[in-house]
Amino acid sequence: MKKFLALMLAMAMVFALAACGGDNAETPATDAPATDAPATDAPADDAPAADATGAFKLGGTGPLTGGAAIYGTAAANGAQIAVDEINALGGIQFELNYQDDTHDAEKAVTAYNTLKDWGMQISLGSVTSKPCEATAAKNFEDRIFALTPSASSTAVTEGKDNVFQMCFMDPNQGSASAQYIFDQNLASKVAVIWKNDDVYSKGIRDTFVAKAAELGLEVVSETTFADGNDTDFNVQLTEAKNAGAELVFLPMYYTPASLILSQANAMGYAPKWFGVDGMDGILTLEGFDTSLAEGVMLLTPFNADAQDEKTQAFVEKYQAQYGEIPNQFAADAYDCVYAYAQALEAANATPDMSAADLCDAMIAQFTTMTFDGLTGEGMTWGADGAVTKAPKGMVIQNGAYVGM
Amino acid sequence: MKKLSKQSRTSFFTYGGVILAYVLLQLYNGQVGLSSMIQGLLVPICAYVTMALALNLVVGVSGELSLGHAGFMSVGAFSGTAAAIALQGVIPLAPLRLAVAMVIGALFAALAGFLIGIPVLRLNGDYLAIVTLAFGEIIKSVLNNLYVGFDTTGFHFSFLADTVSPRMAEGGKLIIGGPMGISGIPIISTFTAGVVLVLVALVVIFNLVNSRAGRAIMAARDNRIAAESVGINVTKYKMIAFVISAALAGAAGSLYTMSLSTIVANKFDFNTSILILVFVVLGGMGNMWGAILSATFLTLLPELLRKFNLDQYRMLVYAVVLILVMIATNNPFLQRVAGNAAARFKRKKPAPAVEGGQSHE
Amino acid sequence: MTFLSYLIQGISLGSIYAIIALGYTMVYGIAKMLNFAHGDVIMVGGYMCFFATSGLKDHFADGSVAQTVVPGLAGLLLAMAVCTLLGITIERLAYKPLRQAPSLAVLITAIGVSYFLQNGAQVLWSSNPKICASIIGKGAISLGELSVSHVILLTVVVCVAIMVALTWFTGNTRMGKAMRACSEDKAAAQLMGINVNATISMTFAIGSALAGVAGVLFTSAYPTLQPTTGALPGIKAFTAAVFGGIGSIPGAMLGGILLGVIETFAKGYISTQVSDAIVFAVLIVILLVKPAGLLGKQVAEKV
Repeated sequence: MKKFLALMLAMAMVFALAACGGDNAETPATDAPATDAPATDAPADDAPAADATGAFKLGGTGPLTGGAAIYGTAAANGAQIAVDEINALGGIQFELNYQDDTHDAEKAVTAYNTLKDWGMQISLGSVTSKPCEATAAKNFEDRIFALTPSASSTAVTEGKDNVFQMCFMDPNQGSASAQYIFDQNLASKVAVIWKNDDVYSKGIRDTFVAKAAELGLEVVSETTFADGNDTDFNVQLTEAKNAGAELVFLPMYYTPASLILSQANAMGYAPKWFGVDGMDGILTLEGFDTSLAEGVMLLTPFNADAQDEKTQAFVEKYQAQYGEIPNQFAADAYDCVYAYAQALEAANATPDMSAADLCDAMIAQFTTMTFDGLTGEGMTWGADGAVTKAPKGMVIQNGAYVGM
Repeated sequence: MKKLSKQSRTSFFTYGGVILAYVLLQLYNGQVGLSSMIQGLLVPICAYVTMALALNLVVGVSGELSLGHAGFMSVGAFSGTAAAIALQGVIPLAPLRLAVAMVIGALFAALAGFLIGIPVLRLNGDYLAIVTLAFGEIIKSVLNNLYVGFDTTGFHFSFLADTVSPRMAEGGKLIIGGPMGISGIPIISTFTAGVVLVLVALVVIFNLVNSRAGRAIMAARDNRIAAESVGINVTKYKMIAFVISAALAGAAGSLYTMSLSTIVANKFDFNTSILILVFVVLGGMGNMWGAILSATFLTLLPELLRKFNLDQYRMLVYAVVLILVMIATNNPFLQRVAGNAAARFKRKKPAPAVEGGQSHE
Repeated sequence: MTFLSYLIQGISLGSIYAIIALGYTMVYGIAKMLNFAHGDVIMVGGYMCFFATSGLKDHFADGSVAQTVVPGLAGLLLAMAVCTLLGITIERLAYKPLRQAPSLAVLITAIGVSYFLQNGAQVLWSSNPKICASIIGKGAISLGELSVSHVILLTVVVCVAIMVALTWFTGNTRMGKAMRACSEDKAAAQLMGINVNATISMTFAIGSALAGVAGVLFTSAYPTLQPTTGALPGIKAFTAAVFGGIGSIPGAMLGGILLGVIETFAKGYISTQVSDAIVFAVLIVILLVKPAGLLGKQVAEKV
């Protein structure tokens, strides 16, 4: 009788396959190279309405569920706000589609392929680094331009002429932080706590340690943590304390950082803290005692407390729509969409252009244009896809960021 | 047909089914075209199917619960992929390179399976399960700290910190970068290679199960003491099943990794082991057909749910479907109904209630 | 001094593992199922505590004793109540229909429930982490350079209390004896007039209430709360329960504390990078020497 059940399963599957096949039958062009005439690319079955209004199909993948969901949902929300704003202006129109990749390379490729079937013309890559490496390879292969909000590892852009980043590249952050600590003479003995199974953390740590050695900063303690081992930091902190570190460098996201700060406080250890852009968001954690983060320094391109009009309008809108304060992932994704709008406008691109034509136009635009956004003024991009923007040194005082 | 034993009939139907599915899919793709999403999933599905078959050999046939099979997959994935990258200049022909990589992955995984099998197979039941889980975690942790470089002088290794890069000659390449895993993997896995691997796995498993060794393995599963009393070396036969299973998992790992351009050791964590166990249990323990179908169905399910724009509810729906399927397939009433239907379907003889229903206990 | 401080940190961490392992081992011992959703019930308990404490905190004067105690107690009660209800519901809907099914089918269902709770929590409470206030404040007792936080002291005390209470309960009450009978032989227990179904449901209710307590203490010690918070302690507690001998109540406590101490020493003296591998290697060695765990009963195989 198990066989019978298996048979039923098989039938269910066949129907499922047939269903997808059926959808696809109308768009035979989806798997052909994107050099096809634009006319064949446009009529994707799912969105005839979008074609009528002439919108650019903008797709992205990110972890919308699972352990990394905070980053993916923030980016998707930030991008959605930007799309709504731009569409309301009546000029360039976007249709946004964010697919879940659960922070996994295989799922990211599937999500990417789903977007391709949908008829994606320009892409927001993936939110996290490893999945983005996988989708960036597909972007390169299919000649679909990608501008990732937050996938910061070098392997994302390496060897791909059509993949660009909105965030800093990891190595830049590491060396900039070491340089900053050295220039400001913040400490001579430094401890580093990093996440051993995370590309982002490891990338920053590597360049930080290399730069520190070059500058003569002494790294007295280096300890790690990993997924599934990221709640208890007493040992790491004890080691840093015993080694006499005056400053602890935390290349990580704000969730583990919040635990480190509270545990250090509990054991009475109060060094200087130095974070990276992933630390942004710590002040807006629901229920977080901001006095714990007093004096934390970080290099970040965005802070939700900034007084300028653009940031305040964005934060307000985000809060009204999603009930939370946006972090830098949201801001990066928001900037991505605006950068696209600017580039598409400058290139006189129209939604009936094929992905490959748009790709060439975007490469030409991004390597020459200058863009002002929430996460920096006067951003420029190199041909390697890396962004150049000035990181702002911030210090937390009385529960708010103050420029250093 | 009548001359064939029931076992060989099952195995021929299974081979035929896989080949038929392959031919139909290829024809359909040629005539109408599959969506990119399905095309992208074909190789991972083949890898998961092979994993499910491999685990079924241990859980269903040999009767040992393994919660660390993703560990063997990762050993195969990392060794096979490293070999494929290193051999890029030596073997220009991609399919051959893939085959060599899968064999190397299988060998390394088999070695790991043998070494781990020595302590593991001395234990029973849930204790055996937790030790396999422990080994899976250890493998993950080791791979997360392993650095392997390759240059003209050969391979270089280091552990915990990257001392490889400075030691390498000009033009050397860091292949495995600890927690960064492997980046820039050449995508050489194909659906055809995947189906061949599934067929190889089926041939190996059916031949094992229908051999003297296979009967000894199942005898040891059903009653260890009775098996021992008739002179079966239980540990040896269980080891055979375990090592073969590990080797198949390793080959599947190589295939899987080389369909993506990047891999990290964390991919092969406890959750992946559990996912594969779900395939096996849903498909019916010891039932190879069931493992193939359930692995395919459960891999496709969350992706097909994308169609419905469920956003964050997607995985919630997946969880509910999983629970409902488990309850439905184990519901005595539904089982009776299904049994009756099957009996009517076969007409001649009513299906014996125990057919294919080997349970874990 | 370093040694002592590591030891204390290890015991602190271990006491958290122990309190989770107690609920785990209880359910395993009686229902003979690995309840992989236990960690996620703990996560729900943590969220309940968060809502109670953050909702009530503003109703009391800043710094007053009542401001810590009342929301803390309310959080504990709410967590226990909700977790018990949740546990009973899960048992009724997902596990009870599978009473006659092979144990692996139940295991898979438990994993389905675990996915469901994690994703449900994300839908309801978003994936943004929340910081839960400790139910007894942030204070610590310090002895020279060593310090032990109040939360840890409370955890150890609660842990021992639960262990004693459970041991007494299973040894001396009617229901407890019924539970032990079920764990020995369900069929024989049924023949003796024990309602096996009700007994197993009761076990789940108690196990889930314990998960509620564990959730509150866990989030008090490690305040960052996310939908996936339960996954880690789930696996670690499972390991701890096996360490001590699964099904054994004192074993779960011992296993939890040992696990915490070994993990801390491995991090402190060997390497933070491979501490997990070391913990699991020690587990393997222990199981090879004592195949049923430290305090587990070695059941002789019958022919």
